[in-house]
Amino acid sequence: MWEYAPAPESRDIANLKPSYKMFVDGKFVEGTGEPLKTINPATEEVLAEVSTASQSDVDIAVKAARRAYDRVWSKMPGSERAKYIYRIARQIQERGRELAVLESLDNGKPIKESRDVDVPTAASHFFYHAGWADKLGYAGYGPDPKPLGVAGQVIPWNFPLLMAAWKIAPALACGNTVVLKPAETTPLTALVLADIIQQCDLPPGVVNIIPGAGDVGAALVGHADVDKVAFTGSTDVGKVIQGQLAGTSKKLTLELGGKAANIVFDDAPLDQAVEGIVNGIFFNQGHVCCAGSRLLVQESIADELVEKLHARVSTLRVGDPLDKNTDVGAINSREQLAKIKELTESAEAEGATRWTSSCPLPDKGFFFAPTVFSGVSQAMRIAREEIFGPVLSVLTFRTPEEAVAKANNTPYGLSAGVWTEKGSRILWMAQRMRAGVVWSNTFNRFDPTAPFGGYQESGFGREGGRTGLEAYLDV
Amino acid sequence: MSDRITVAKTYKLYIGGKFPRSESGRSYPVTDAKGTFLANAAQGSRKDARDAVSAARKAFAGWSGTTAYNRGQVLYRVAEVLEGRREQFIAEVATSEGVPAKKAQSLVDTAIDRWVWYAGWTDKIAAVLGSSNPVAGPYFSFSTPEPTGVVAVLAPQQSSLLGLISVIAPVIASGNTCVVITSQDRPLPAITLSEVLATSDVPGGVVNIITGRTAEIAPWLASHGDVNALDLTGAPESIRADLERSAAGTVKRVLRNKPSEDFTVTPDMSRLRAFLETKTVWHPMGV
Repeated sequence: MWEYAPAPESRDIANLKPSYKMFVDGKFVEGTGEPLKTINPATEEVLAEVSTASQSDVDIAVKAARRAYDRVWSKMPGSERAKYIYRIARQIQERGRELAVLESLDNGKPIKESRDVDVPTAASHFFYHAGWADKLGYAGYGPDPKPLGVAGQVIPWNFPLLMAAWKIAPALACGNTVVLKPAETTPLTALVLADIIQQCDLPPGVVNIIPGAGDVGAALVGHADVDKVAFTGSTDVGKVIQGQLAGTSKKLTLELGGKAANIVFDDAPLDQAVEGIVNGIFFNQGHVCCAGSRLLVQESIADELVEKLHARVSTLRVGDPLDKNTDVGAINSREQLAKIKELTESAEAEGATRWTSSCPLPDKGFFFAPTVFSGVSQAMRIAREEIFGPVLSVLTFRTPEEAVAKANNTPYGLSAGVWTEKGSRILWMAQRMRAGVVWSNTFNRFDPTAPFGGYQESGFGREGGRTGLEAYLDV
Repeated sequence: MSDRITVAKTYKLYIGGKFPRSESGRSYPVTDAKGTFLANAAQGSRKDARDAVSAARKAFAGWSGTTAYNRGQVLYRVAEVLEGRREQFIAEVATSEGVPAKKAQSLVDTAIDRWVWYAGWTDKIAAVLGSSNPVAGPYFSFSTPEPTGVVAVLAPQQSSLLGLISVIAPVIASGNTCVVITSQDRPLPAITLSEVLATSDVPGGVVNIITGRTAEIAPWLASHGDVNALDLTGAPESIRADLERSAAGTVKRVLRNKPSEDFTVTPDMSRLRAFLETKTVWHPMGV
């Protein structure tokens, strides 16, 4: 591997403040919950203290959102709502570097990803949905579809700003107001987004952002005056929320876990496929619900492909998230690192063959070297459970039918990948895979115009595109 | 001829294209709206429900894999056979629901027309709900609706035929298969509908019909790991929340339409949308 001189992005760009407050009714206010300290997972240093919401703060935020909905937002013409949302998109672009650096500090993801994926895609989600605000009558839900009211939204730590954008943009475009809870370990960029929203002069209460842990999320989704709940996170918590909402009239959408199969046929361009496999599982340290964590490779090329894969993964640079050369950053938390270690140990115990990149790891922080397990069978935990880390399992197949059967042999159904030069086979496979997104000869592509979401226990409802509007309309 | 003894029918379940009795051996008396005995219907059990789910799962690949044109023709054929049994349905609806013949006639006509309406949707759903996505990059991206899978349908308790057809037709039009628990007290039109389905070209297992106590059977379907979605329309108020909680165990899609739904009103696409997934496919463009 070539030696690279470090090329760190300056952390000053993040404008990191010693403390952050929650954003309620247009103002930054102290929450009455126990403040949390958010850390840089790459160094374990405390970045900032963040105030959190108590149960009563949740109530205050929901009331603010209700007032804003009743008095302002639901009465405003869509064309006016649109202009506010366009403003947010533009400000995200303008403050893109600040957001990217802050995201990498708080989350641990490589700066090249926060800079090139998270931030621009967040901006594009606002820009795309802004245009819908005054065109909802053309979306296929009748001539004048109505909003639902107050949306309670709970998002995960893997794409903190981007998930906030996925949630807030369609909600506002459809005429709802929002109370959003960012993840406990990654609250900072959502609060800078709150600053942007304040600078954009959105009417107070239209967007409220209340940091906190799971109890705040539970209080929010369970609040009697919330009309719509949107949750992205684990399948376990999604089931709890769905159960919690049983018997209510709240509309629910869930974007949950996955165990995607990435299927490589013997005619695939192997070097290209290797790049796709690497992107599929090592993008964002594998902290991706749609990560291609199960590689299904046709038996005749398995040895060759795995060899190429080892060689390529060996070149991945693991380390300082702010270094522009870094490919794989820090695992988001000590807890997540422990989960990844536990599951990989189970794979070894169950007889899978472990290969781990010999790349150097930093002395401090939460890091996990890219790892590939071969000789994995479908019964092993590593092949069934979401790993949410930079760990790939390799399984083999002989026929397309077997590939489909193995790919679908999971309660999940979020995404899948297929690599082959044969167009008819791509379409045949795409039709049979029970997954909400199928990437063929590519992986991990996202766009606000393209609906995203799961089958089965990966959740229901879509985000993005015309289809995604349904989640925020009373239809 | 007036003293001829009529041939009385045995009312059975409809599972996997066959007409079994309940494995439990149970039956329950069905009366008309005034309480006069009409027949004994099979009282379906947990095991019947499970058999029906197996049959529905087995039929799913075939039914969802047929072309939309073919599915449309099969469903239209059902309407043709329904029309042939129009008088029988009018008599059964009048007896079951206690409505005058004229009202029953109108309900049956609307039901047959409703079936035709949904039959015509099969090859339009993808065009209306799908999309080509103008993504910001060199990719072709398209989204297409696909059936959710096996749907458990709790049919309306009041509207014995129109309501029943209004909940079954949208589920199977898009390629789902289903297990239906009929109206508990008014099951006879549903059993006749199963005879229509059996003598049309609908493959066995696509629609499975169980008569019996809704509150007894529904919980097994709500918690069943191989059921993908649940239509609560005919669920008794007292168990709706419990059914939803059970459904959450496997993240089922739940349609919460109320028992008070007016089926005489022309529907929109919402019942079709409720049991569809959206699949987005990407492929790079290049030379």
